[in-house]
Amino acid sequence: MELHANAPTGPIETAWDRHRFEMKLVNPANKRKFTVLVVGTGLAGAAASATMAELGYNVKAFCYQDSARRAHSIAAQGGINAAKNYQGDGDSVFRLFYDTVKGGDFRSRERNVYRLAQVSVNIIDQAVAQGVPFAREYGGLLANRSFGGAQVSRTFYARGQTGQQLLLGAYQALSRQVAAGNVEMHERTEMVDLIVIDGRARGIVVRNLVTGKIESFLGDSVVLASGGYGNVFYLSTNAKGCSASAAWRAHRKGALFANPCYTQIHPTCLPVHGEGQSKLTLMSESLRNDGRVWVPKRAEDVGKKPQDIPEADRDYYLERKYPAFGNLVPRDIAARSAKEACDSGRGVGHAPERLAVYLDFEDAIKRLGQDTIAERYGNLFDMYERITDDNPYKTPMKIYPAVHYTMGGLWVDYNLQSTIPGLFVAGEANFSDHGANRLGASALMQGLADGYFVVPYTMGNYLATAGRELAKTPVTTDHAEVRAAEAAVNARLTKFVNNDGKHSPDYFHRQLGKIMWEHVGMARSREGLEQAIAEIPKLREQFHREVRVPGSGNDFNQTLEKANRVADFMELGELMARDALAREESAGGHFRTEYQTPEGEARRNDEDYAHVAAWEWNGEGNAPTRHVEALDFEYVKLTQRSYK
Amino acid sequence: MSQTINLTVNIWRQKNAASPGGFQKYARSAVSTDASFLEMLDELNEELIEKGEEPIAFDHDCREGICGTCGMVINGVPHGPRTLTTTCQLHMREFKDGEELWVEPWRASAFPIIKDLAVDRGAFDRIIRAGGYISINTGSPGDANEIPVPKPLADLAMDAATCIGCGACVAACPNASAMLFTSAKIVHLGAVPQGQAERAQRARHMVETMETEGFGGCTNHGECEAACPKGISVNYIAQLNRDYIKAVAISQRA
Repeated sequence: MELHANAPTGPIETAWDRHRFEMKLVNPANKRKFTVLVVGTGLAGAAASATMAELGYNVKAFCYQDSARRAHSIAAQGGINAAKNYQGDGDSVFRLFYDTVKGGDFRSRERNVYRLAQVSVNIIDQAVAQGVPFAREYGGLLANRSFGGAQVSRTFYARGQTGQQLLLGAYQALSRQVAAGNVEMHERTEMVDLIVIDGRARGIVVRNLVTGKIESFLGDSVVLASGGYGNVFYLSTNAKGCSASAAWRAHRKGALFANPCYTQIHPTCLPVHGEGQSKLTLMSESLRNDGRVWVPKRAEDVGKKPQDIPEADRDYYLERKYPAFGNLVPRDIAARSAKEACDSGRGVGHAPERLAVYLDFEDAIKRLGQDTIAERYGNLFDMYERITDDNPYKTPMKIYPAVHYTMGGLWVDYNLQSTIPGLFVAGEANFSDHGANRLGASALMQGLADGYFVVPYTMGNYLATAGRELAKTPVTTDHAEVRAAEAAVNARLTKFVNNDGKHSPDYFHRQLGKIMWEHVGMARSREGLEQAIAEIPKLREQFHREVRVPGSGNDFNQTLEKANRVADFMELGELMARDALAREESAGGHFRTEYQTPEGEARRNDEDYAHVAAWEWNGEGNAPTRHVEALDFEYVKLTQRSYK
Repeated sequence: MSQTINLTVNIWRQKNAASPGGFQKYARSAVSTDASFLEMLDELNEELIEKGEEPIAFDHDCREGICGTCGMVINGVPHGPRTLTTTCQLHMREFKDGEELWVEPWRASAFPIIKDLAVDRGAFDRIIRAGGYISINTGSPGDANEIPVPKPLADLAMDAATCIGCGACVAACPNASAMLFTSAKIVHLGAVPQGQAERAQRARHMVETMETEGFGGCTNHGECEAACPKGISVNYIAQLNRDYIKAVAISQRA
């Protein structure tokens, strides 16, 4: 299969403008004849639903949560990047583009990233017009702060709740369209399959999570904005309900899955407290603006109280190794350095694991005063104290890396269309903009860029082009493909309910998570990956044989929801390991121990791996096929990433 | 330091809105004080599943105190004993060894029970749909810095906008009033210049929807603020009343 990015050629600065001009438009009177199904109501999904409804399309939106406002974008803390250059510190669209491509370790598509940097400025304008209460200076203008991987202050923020405020902005825009009758909103409704007819995405099968009813919704196109797959690891900073199922079911129906091995381990999360731990909590990267990361210089000091370790005996290892960026190095580097510190026996925290490093605010509090620190990070400090019972104003925080974000996702072209015509993928669910590593404050930017400013345009082009054919072949719920998809879902779910099993879905999910964290986590090796590829199918088989789901399928049944999601994680986890094995280089969040520089930094292999790997499903029990989209770099020179 | 405690937990079980419910008693032993309240329930649920019994249904998602999905009444207090804390952020160190707990769903006729501890809060979405937004299409609004917003007003907007829509205010109110939730949105959008044009109709439509959804009125108990995990101020209700009265006066004049 040949993968065509369909990106416009010619000067990159005007590529999106020219593309928008060249795309076909749908006449305003015809827009209402088209129905678009949108799965997910996070930043990308809510923004796309609201915008397409404003344009005049019929939109049906779906979320598994009890309200669209609860999608996991809400938990993003630190901020959103935009190339506004309000600080006059040398920022520009080109610099944001450059930083993002470099931060992604040169594994993203230049033209997508350039467009992202361009529309970033519109996002801020849009959000302010919606009433999003960004932080402001005393003069009334917008405030900025800096984030990892950048030397300018381009991050807009709303205390430590930027995701919440941006999502509420998008949710309110969506609510306005629901009230206007342009969006039909389906809460507590989970997509369980994609309907593909004559090679085009024409609908979805959903389960009503309250009644258990399986039904199909049909339309002219489908947008998946269903988020990332970090929960494959069981423990992650994702919400408990986040799953890969919508994307995975689309993959099984023919959508290629790109770069599944690119997962981001966030350096600043709370350490694990024990086996009953159900999820991990992130402490925003913005804390690294003022917090200093350290471990004791000597392993014999790890059990001491941090206050009893004198300055001379502390190793501020990020400042030591990366003087130019210091504590603000990108996430992959900060995470790996924490692991190295702990591997060298100098980790602190809970014995015997000692899997934590200090994040210390003592200097910042001395310099700026406790009030300023409280204003900047008060809610995060409070949250830390609630969870750990330690007061970070008095004693350093203890942090450790945790799975946070997945750069990989369904393969999309420049129009954000997958390999299935009519299936568009937006936000974290696609793979397109962050390469092998995402910079902080760029997820909110990408979700909203895709939802507000990209999909509504490219969708118009698809519907204008395919419209006539779609109108000629109207689909009803009696169609054989619809019936077959529903029957397959019913069979799958009924099997879970009737299974004479022993253990809960979580029992198996935790085991999958351990395999993934051990072998497909922060450091990967051929040996470990081969072991994971051998172990996961065995665990999957045991899961299907022994999982127990009490209760009925025709009811509110959270165990059944979970079993269905874990089944998909079991398949995706194996693909992640296969992708990591096939990529014989280190890049961003993908670190292969065999490929590192003498200083222990990631060593890319641009000759052989400057490409996107996109996997094709070949049916259960068959190995997937790896396809390749070459990446051309015209504007950014490939260099070894250096933050020294 | 991490310790373990033993507890007796009485949990409300109810098959669905139509069936009657009741408390069921569960003994919990060796619960880690570092575990969250929901992790304590997770462990109980795993045991129930292994025995083939239906686990306790409860809503939860982010477990970071921001999505607003979780919420249960613990010993008569929405979200439990610790102030400014959602159920998911409540940790077992707040409880004493040997304590007996009573866990119930939000109780309000506008929040029908779905199953066990899970309720339907769709009424909150419908209140927002009635006017909890600023009407601006996606496109090209002016530059974000064109209209300066005085910092105190921006801060007020942010204070109000931190509402997570969990419904604890309704559960805490003897009248099951949604005034705190509604006023938080009124104050948020009323504080910024962009929100002024629709201010009157916003107040009128949101209040009317609040009433048709079956929420009660406010009689100044202040229980809502005490239960709110985000510290939304009861003073906002005064602003809601002012905006509403003005809006009604304007609409009668027109």
